[in-house]
This record gives sequence, C-alpha cells and structure tokens, in this order.
Amino acid sequence: MMSFTFDTAAALLIVAMGGWIVIVPDVTRAVIGFIVYGLMLTIVWVRLSAVDVALTEAAIGGGLTGMLLINAAGRLRSARPVLRTDAPVRFIAALLCAAVSVSLAAVIFMLPSPAPSLAPLAVENLQQTGLGNPVAAVLFAYRALDTLLEKVVLLLALLSVWSLATVGFWPGLPGLRPPALAGSTLDFLARHLPPYGIIFGVYMCWNGASEPGGAFQGGTVIAAMWLLVMIAGMRRVPSIDEAWLRRSLVAGPAIFVVIGFAGMMVAGSFLAYPPDHAKLLIVVIEVALTLSIAAVLGLLAAGPPVPESRP
Amino acid sequence: MSGEALFGLVGAAVIGIGLFGLVTNADALRKLLAFNVLSSGVFLFFGVVARRGAAAGLGGDPVPQALVITAIVVAFAATAMAIALLTRLFDRTGSATLGDSSTDEGGDA
Repeated sequence: MMSFTFDTAAALLIVAMGGWIVIVPDVTRAVIGFIVYGLMLTIVWVRLSAVDVALTEAAIGGGLTGMLLINAAGRLRSARPVLRTDAPVRFIAALLCAAVSVSLAAVIFMLPSPAPSLAPLAVENLQQTGLGNPVAAVLFAYRALDTLLEKVVLLLALLSVWSLATVGFWPGLPGLRPPALAGSTLDFLARHLPPYGIIFGVYMCWNGASEPGGAFQGGTVIAAMWLLVMIAGMRRVPSIDEAWLRRSLVAGPAIFVVIGFAGMMVAGSFLAYPPDHAKLLIVVIEVALTLSIAAVLGLLAAGPPVPESRP
Repeated sequence: MSGEALFGLVGAAVIGIGLFGLVTNADALRKLLAFNVLSSGVFLFFGVVARRGAAAGLGGDPVPQALVITAIVVAFAATAMAIALLTRLFDRTGSATLGDSSTDEGGDA
C-alpha cells in the first residue's frame, strides 16, 4: 500500500512535469523542469527494477542532456520571439494527442499474459560469459553488435557536430568557453569534485560486470568531470585534431572490432568470445569503451569548433 | 492496479504531452525538449514490458532494459547534434525557428 501511494505520487509528478516542460512560456524554466523530470524518471526506473537504466537516465537523460539544453537556452536567449500556434489548431492538436495517449493506455491493458520474456535464456547462458550482471551480458555478449554500432553512431554524431565548424576554424577549439569566475562555487566544485567523480566513474565501469553500472554510466561520469574542469577554466579545451584525443575517441570501437574479428577465428563467429576468456575480453572492451565514451560525450557536449573571439 | 501498469499509463500520457509540444511549439529548442519528453515515454513502455517479463529470479527482462540503455545514449547523440545545428542556424540568421514566413514576422512583437 505504501509503495502504491509512492508510485502514484511519482506518476502524477512526472505527468505534471511533462506538461510544465511543454507549456511554460520561459524556455530556461522548461529546461530546468526537464532536468527534474529526468531525476523523477530515474526513481521510476528503480521502481521498475531496472537499476542499470536508472543510472543511465540520471547520468545522460537528465544530467548531460540538461547541461546541453541549458547552454543552448542561454545562447538562444536573444532569438526573435516565435508566434504561438493559433488556438483552434492547438485545440485540435490536443484532441489528437489525447487520442494517441488513450490508445496507448489501452494497449497497456492488452499486453499478452503471461508476458513473453528472454530472462530465463539470459540467466541460463550467464555462466558462459563469466559475468554476473545480465544486462551487461546482453550489451556485451548476446547483443554485442548493437553496442558496437551504437558506438559508431556516437562517433558519427560527433563528426556531424564538428562538421558545423565555422569556415576557416578547422581544426579549432570546441565552443566551450570558461566564464572565468575565480573563487566561485564553480571554481570550488571543479577543484574538489573530480577526484571523487573519477574514482566513482572507474568503479562503475569495473563493477559493471557483476552489478548494475558499466561503460556507459562510468564514461558519462568521467565526461562530466572533464567538462567541469574545462568549464571552470582549469584545463584547456583541446583542439579537435590533437593525436591523444583522436586516439581516445577510436580506441574503444577499434578494440571492440578487433576482438570481434578475432572471434571469427577463435570462437566461430563475429563478436563471439572463447568461453574460457569471455570475461577478460569483455572487461578489456569495457575499459577501452569507457575511455572512448568519456571522450565522445565530453566533446559532443562541448560543441563544434568556433572562432576564438566569441564570448 | 499494479505498479508497472501505472507507469505504463504515465508513459502513454507523456507520449501524448510530448507529441503536443512537438506539434504546437514553433520554437526549435522547445520542439527538441518535447521530443525528449516523447522519447522518455517510449522508453517507459519498454520498462513496463521488461518488468512484466520478470522471471528466473530477475526483477525484469534484461533484453529490453539493455535496448533502453542503448536508446538513451543514441537519443543524447541526436539531441547534441540537433543543438549544434540549431545554434549554427541562430548564428547565421538570428532566428531559432523552422517556421514559415508568417511565424518569422513575430519579431515585431
């Protein structure tokens, strides 16, 4: 009963926050609402027994996306105001969207029972992967191709962002400029938070094999620490053509592909692992991916190269 | 009503809310926010399906959970790219909307 009351309160809050994000006139308020919304969703993911997803949502869904959106809202503050859609159009849109919601709600009650599940299969083969976390086993063993392609998508997204560089500023520095507030809270946090953040990120990566966590979540925390010291102006924003940067970006996917092809010779198919060394290989991939994810997420958030003079 | 059915209804509701924001806001940053709300609703549907598939001593089916993790990361990459495009559009034109000429005239307000 207690948990049902809690779930209902969380459900109402999330729907209310969703509505707030969409209708509040000021875009900065909407973005702050979105960050709170992401944290509320994190609680729901824990309630749905999906702790790995909860960690990802907290780190990326609310945290990193929120940072990008706040930055964009600040940049676009002086944009020309946009006329709102006419009231009759809004009314018709509201009716149609409500119809979509009601149909989807009806689907929830028509799902097949008993529910189909791949959980028994995932647990049955867990022994062969040497891992203790079934979600990590899905990501790095059963559906490793999805994870590999997702890394390629991240690199392609970064290439697209970089390709928006101002003409004449390639290669250059990403448009992340420190506001230079010495002695501020930002300064304090950038001095004291990173040691703990980096240890926590490494712990999440290392622990991901047996408990919730992993390369995505650990990499995001490390990326956040990197962004923090760059925004506070304690570390220079690197030029996008620096060799160490390029190597960190491709290290994870490259090692993943090499191990994948080695699997064709040793274990019979692409991305297959020999059973005796499966865990070792997966941990090697995860460590390399954590480095690459931290680099790619940090650079995606830092934006395309821009002229030096702009504030 | 079970907890997962309740969160399924939340997913259905936020999909509708996100869709409404996407259709009725001409401001591109607001569209991007609404799009993220919409996708979080779709992810919640996956969460409900995963929770219903709880078996073999697990709290949920790990396969849809892993798919959602991948989806959240890809949604972030898409958002980052859209924001880069949007700020570039703003730098070039001073406008942050994809609206037609009638909405562009809102500048005199």
